[in-house]
Amino acid sequence: MRHIISILLENEAGALSRVANLFSARGYNIDSLTVAPTEDETLSRMTLVTRGSEDIIEQITKQLHKLVDVVKLTDLTEGQHIEREMMLIKVRAVGAAREEAKRLVDIFRGRIIDVTDTTYAIELTGTGDKLDAFIEAIRGLGIIELARTGASGIGRGEKGLRA
Amino acid sequence: MELSQVNVELTGADLFVRCLQDEGVEYVFGYPGGAALHIYDAVFKQDKVKHILVRHEQGAAHAADGYARATGRPGVVLVTSGPGITNTITGIATAYMDSIPLVVFSGQVPTHLIGDDAFQEVDAVGLTRPCVKHNFLVRDVKDLALTIKKAFYIATTGRPGPVHVDIPKDVTAQKTRYYYPESVNMRSYNPVIKGHPGQIKKAVELILSAKRPMIYTGGGVVLGEAAEALTELVRLLGYPCTNTLMGLGAFPGTDPLFVGMLGMHGTYEANMAMHECDVLVAIGARFDDRITGDLNKFCPYARIIHVDIDPASISKNVPVDVPIVGNAANVMKDMIAAIRASGRKPDQEALKAWWKQLQAWRAVDCLNYDRKSELIKPQFVIEKLYEVTGGDAFVTSDVGQHQMWAAQFYKFNKPRRWINSGGLGTMGFGMPAAMGVQFAYPDATVTCVTGEASILMCIQELSTCKQYDLPIKIINLNNRYMGMVRQWQEFFYDRRYSHSYMDALPDFKKMAESYGHVGMFIDKPGDVEGALKEALKMKDRLVFMDFITDQKENVYPMIAAGSGHHEMHLSPSTGEAPAKRELA
Repeated sequence: MRHIISILLENEAGALSRVANLFSARGYNIDSLTVAPTEDETLSRMTLVTRGSEDIIEQITKQLHKLVDVVKLTDLTEGQHIEREMMLIKVRAVGAAREEAKRLVDIFRGRIIDVTDTTYAIELTGTGDKLDAFIEAIRGLGIIELARTGASGIGRGEKGLRA
Repeated sequence: MELSQVNVELTGADLFVRCLQDEGVEYVFGYPGGAALHIYDAVFKQDKVKHILVRHEQGAAHAADGYARATGRPGVVLVTSGPGITNTITGIATAYMDSIPLVVFSGQVPTHLIGDDAFQEVDAVGLTRPCVKHNFLVRDVKDLALTIKKAFYIATTGRPGPVHVDIPKDVTAQKTRYYYPESVNMRSYNPVIKGHPGQIKKAVELILSAKRPMIYTGGGVVLGEAAEALTELVRLLGYPCTNTLMGLGAFPGTDPLFVGMLGMHGTYEANMAMHECDVLVAIGARFDDRITGDLNKFCPYARIIHVDIDPASISKNVPVDVPIVGNAANVMKDMIAAIRASGRKPDQEALKAWWKQLQAWRAVDCLNYDRKSELIKPQFVIEKLYEVTGGDAFVTSDVGQHQMWAAQFYKFNKPRRWINSGGLGTMGFGMPAAMGVQFAYPDATVTCVTGEASILMCIQELSTCKQYDLPIKIINLNNRYMGMVRQWQEFFYDRRYSHSYMDALPDFKKMAESYGHVGMFIDKPGDVEGALKEALKMKDRLVFMDFITDQKENVYPMIAAGSGHHEMHLSPSTGEAPAKRELA
């Protein structure tokens, strides 16, 4: 099953590498990983999407806890949560395709953020599924390049992951 | 005024040495080099922290490790950048696998050269990251003292382990005010110490309801200074107790409740009891593959209690029924108190029947060997070593057959006496580890049980032993083979002895003499005891005893890969296995 693990870790050199090392050394999967400092610059927040049986996920969270740089973590998929991913995608937009691309962007509530005579650069935010669906829908027009951020997430409600 | 509050500016190098002094470090095992020269100069200017010069950095790591295992205090290593730190990696990984507290300091090229492929530059923290509990690269002299404090704190608390601190050369030249903190508080690191009372209650309930109980303990009991609590708990219950390779000595090896080591080369009675037990109490042990055998056949009838200080060790390989996170000593003390308070006793009738079964397994005499052989049997040497040292020596070992025989035949009654590389299985560990033990206990009998293949992997340390007059007694079980490799090739590769023969061996007696030590050559069983006694009489000399042993001897019992505890290969010399037991 897919799990989204949110991690607060010390914003120190090597912290990201420790997490990445752990996953490769123990043979765990990483679907995506995003990390950036929080409002407290001594802390970074990482969102890590992984897959595995309940046993594997339990081991992953325990092993992450064991890393000295990890302050706190939570498995967002254990409760109600919000998840978003951002994608920048450049597509060919010539002739009829230009209108078609614009329509798809509107349907998916994306934004065209750069325009040339032959291309659109589109910004789209949503769950991973929504981004996948957009890619499928627009594939026929010709994708020039795309960049996805990987999922980021927080839990619903009043509580938060804090040090 | 306290030293730690002296308000003077010190260079990073002087500050480093002051920190070690204030930390109470007795010995540093190391080897100098360019990036560490400021530090070595500071070491030279004082005599409080004693530096021990090894002949290869791997020896420094193993020596510090041996010191830590024997004393419970952290071992300290100091090496230079590049090859200095890469040479220590095997030693660091060895300590990591066995949860040994080490603090390893390495010099690094100056900060402005980092990343330039400078002379003797290597990404040291990148290299050690997978085999340390934590590591640091110090970029500012102002962070140095706190980092050193954190390194010792992390290495010695929770589940212990090695911590590596990489210090660029310019940082050791910069000046700052000296201040060494008394303690340190880290928001991201708070090991659990006390076991959860509710879980302890559940565990005690299960322990007291057992009909066929088994207590299985590992290195965590030794590391957690919990041997006394374990002995009290086992004797209070009257239950059988087995120790892992790392846990030997935590429960007295001569106690009738002790059923020997378990696992791949464990005793018949220990392994059969594991297979048949209905309640398994695992304490400070991690269900390693050499212990469990095939996980699908592991303890099929048992409900399992697991006490461990590392939550990640619990239910990692084997799902458990009652997990308890905590320090082994605290948890067992709480268990003893709870058992006493309950006023209940184990089911005596069931226990009597269980012990009857255990005695029947014991009667198989699984460690028996051919005592009439014309050749020196390696088991015989260990038995004699046990006798002549009164069971009271420190025994280090290398890795292979000799290690298993030492574990099987030397009955350890005290913790921290048996010192070996269990997890990583590092050949070359034994002699340098013995050096660390001998520094810690100058008057103790320190022996190193080794083989001719292992000893050659760190043989250069004979020179260190000479420089510091370390009277280690080396028992070389010389069968002219990498014995354990040969044994596997005999069993599983149709006797194709691929590269397991040690050809062109040195004359070990002369070699020892050339290093300035005493060498002995023993090739008759009748000379074994005399040689050991003679060697032990030489209190101030290192004696290298080269025992020419039976080349074809194998370690029994043996559980082959993919087999369960009840599927042991037994020695041809063993008595009949009890009927109705399936043996492979």
